[in-house]
Amino acid sequence: MTDTSFAYVRDEMLDEQPAPATSTGVIGWMKANLFSDIPNTIMTIVGVVFLYWFIPPIFNFLVTHAVFPWSVENTIDACRTEEAGACWIYVVDRFNFFIYGFYPAEEYWRVNICFLLGAVTLVPLLWPDLPYKGLSAIGFFVVLPVATFFLLNGGGFTGLAEVPTEKWGGLTITLIIATVGIVASLPIGIVLALGRRSHMPFVKYVCIAFIELWRAVPLITVLFMASIMLPLFLPEGTSIDKLLRALVGVSLFSAAYMAEVVRGGLQALPKGQYEAADALGLNYFKSMYLIILPQALKHSIPGIVNNFISLFKDTSLVSIVGLFDLLNTVQATTAQVEWKSPHQATTGYLFAAAMFWIFCFGMSRYSMYMERRLDTGHKE
Amino acid sequence: MKKQLVTLALGAALGLSASAAFADTLADVQAKGYLQCGVSPSTPGFAAPDANNNWAGLDVDFCRAMAAAIFDDPQAVRFTPLTSKERFTALSSGEIDVLSRTTTWTMSRDTNLGIDFAGVTFYDGQGFMVRKDLGVSSATELSGAAICIEAGTTTELNAADYFSSTGMEYNAVVFEDQDEVVKAYDDGRCDVFTTDSSALAAERLSLANPDENMILPEIISKEPLGPSVRQGDDLWFNITRWVYFALLESEELGITQANVDDMLGSDNPGVRRVLGVEGDFGTAIGLSNDWAYKVIKHVGNYNDIYERHVGANTPVGIERAGSVNDLWTRGGLMYAPPIR
Repeated sequence: MTDTSFAYVRDEMLDEQPAPATSTGVIGWMKANLFSDIPNTIMTIVGVVFLYWFIPPIFNFLVTHAVFPWSVENTIDACRTEEAGACWIYVVDRFNFFIYGFYPAEEYWRVNICFLLGAVTLVPLLWPDLPYKGLSAIGFFVVLPVATFFLLNGGGFTGLAEVPTEKWGGLTITLIIATVGIVASLPIGIVLALGRRSHMPFVKYVCIAFIELWRAVPLITVLFMASIMLPLFLPEGTSIDKLLRALVGVSLFSAAYMAEVVRGGLQALPKGQYEAADALGLNYFKSMYLIILPQALKHSIPGIVNNFISLFKDTSLVSIVGLFDLLNTVQATTAQVEWKSPHQATTGYLFAAAMFWIFCFGMSRYSMYMERRLDTGHKE
Repeated sequence: MKKQLVTLALGAALGLSASAAFADTLADVQAKGYLQCGVSPSTPGFAAPDANNNWAGLDVDFCRAMAAAIFDDPQAVRFTPLTSKERFTALSSGEIDVLSRTTTWTMSRDTNLGIDFAGVTFYDGQGFMVRKDLGVSSATELSGAAICIEAGTTTELNAADYFSSTGMEYNAVVFEDQDEVVKAYDDGRCDVFTTDSSALAAERLSLANPDENMILPEIISKEPLGPSVRQGDDLWFNITRWVYFALLESEELGITQANVDDMLGSDNPGVRRVLGVEGDFGTAIGLSNDWAYKVIKHVGNYNDIYERHVGANTPVGIERAGSVNDLWTRGGLMYAPPIR
């Protein structure tokens, strides 16, 4: 063996070198994601220009030029100047109206208790790791509605001042309608979906008639009928509470939609599942409860939550029958002359939009979490 | 079975019409313990939630006046906010007892809809707003002006009528909704902005510089706004109408919310009749004789109501002196038959 060393042969391993600057870090990321080819580069430039045009004015409107309660000049006159942006002091001042509507101020605690009770009973139901599921379910589905009714309405044995439903309003009524609609429509929808697939002609056709009737009518018409036309058919003197009519209308309407979503889930199940349930000797209710529905409902989660979200937003339609939901309270205050200013309406609607967004986005994220959790490996 | 159903339907229909014809709204209202009043969901100065989240406005106070006359309690009234589409159905279906919702009294409404208008609580009409630096002081000088108008409304038609009847030229700048119209006017895209004068005053505050704009004195259309009730219940109609008259009569006699208790001792027979000290006018409308006293005590006379909600010192700021809404004794149209 001769000891040869060739200058052109390395005798030790090279140290690891950092990747070239053009393929790592910010530059690399930009090259890969923003400027990978000519069309993408053009899109990026257009996007940046777009943002440059839109972000600063929006930011100025919402923050820099906006009138906050802690601004130096925080009166309505500041909102009425030409360069003023969003008039947040108006939202802050009317905040209670947006949340409670016409509910008397000294009774707000009653609404707050209902909100609290709702949250306390709902959280264990939604959070799989928390105990006391049965107790919370009873709390949410039985205690909460009864307590809410007596607390908010008062009068009678409660010893509280009576507050008729005409005075309920704002976010309170939006949440009441949405919660009742959501809670009522799912079970009714499931029953209707099963009924529609029933082999008993009477049940089947009643369900089909119900679903097709309610789906074929716009929600506005349903609400309008319930609030304005219904009294014409009732005997003189009988009056059903306007809120109750809206609640029934909204619930039945969304139940019809829910039925079709659930039916979609039922149809997605292979026939073998039904046959397996039969083979085990389970009766109809057991096979539905233990085998079919858990799978069918899991399939329909996106559709069901989709319905919930659209129901939540549809609650704003009750304003046409004179119920003061969140949107309607905002609308009503845009007419308050003491807050009239160039951007008052815009600010109010932005606030309403933000509130709706928070709730709808929350529902959507929760459904995604639920889907992942219930995912038992049927997906590729 | 089928025959039975038909009979049932017929019976129900008859029952409905019968109940409408012989309805005793006053007895129903007294049994309920409150008056159900249809108002506008949000019209500045007429019906809108106030700073303390209570209903307030001229239309709202009319209902409070009725509640005061019936129950001696201006709070014994519940408000149903109604859109313009549902207001008449709500009244005829019995959802509400009185409709006090910036509703223009027209022949077709009075005769076709089964409702009766009790009076005119506000004479509205279409007006013009211009920038002060335009140097115009009357609508007759508006020839050739660019006018911001909301599309598809009577406003648009009224303007066309007015300009063609006065032989003037104008350029209509038309928008889909009121907010856009105001914005366009504010941005200087037109010289003139036109809508109902009661709304004009409130919209002025949406402008960047309200003080640089003025409302012209001319009114080019008739929009008499007033409360209405179901046809066929004369007693209820009389109550509504005379509560309205009492508001005007008391103003004419100088009885105000502030001095009503002193006025009880007045020697003026007219005042004594209104306040129920003399005569027996309340029983004929099913109320106590001091019904008008209660109205004035709790709500005030017409001037009190007007100045509280739409007068020159309110944000709505519609000057009453010299306008059609002033008393007839001061050159306005507000005139009530005597209570005697």
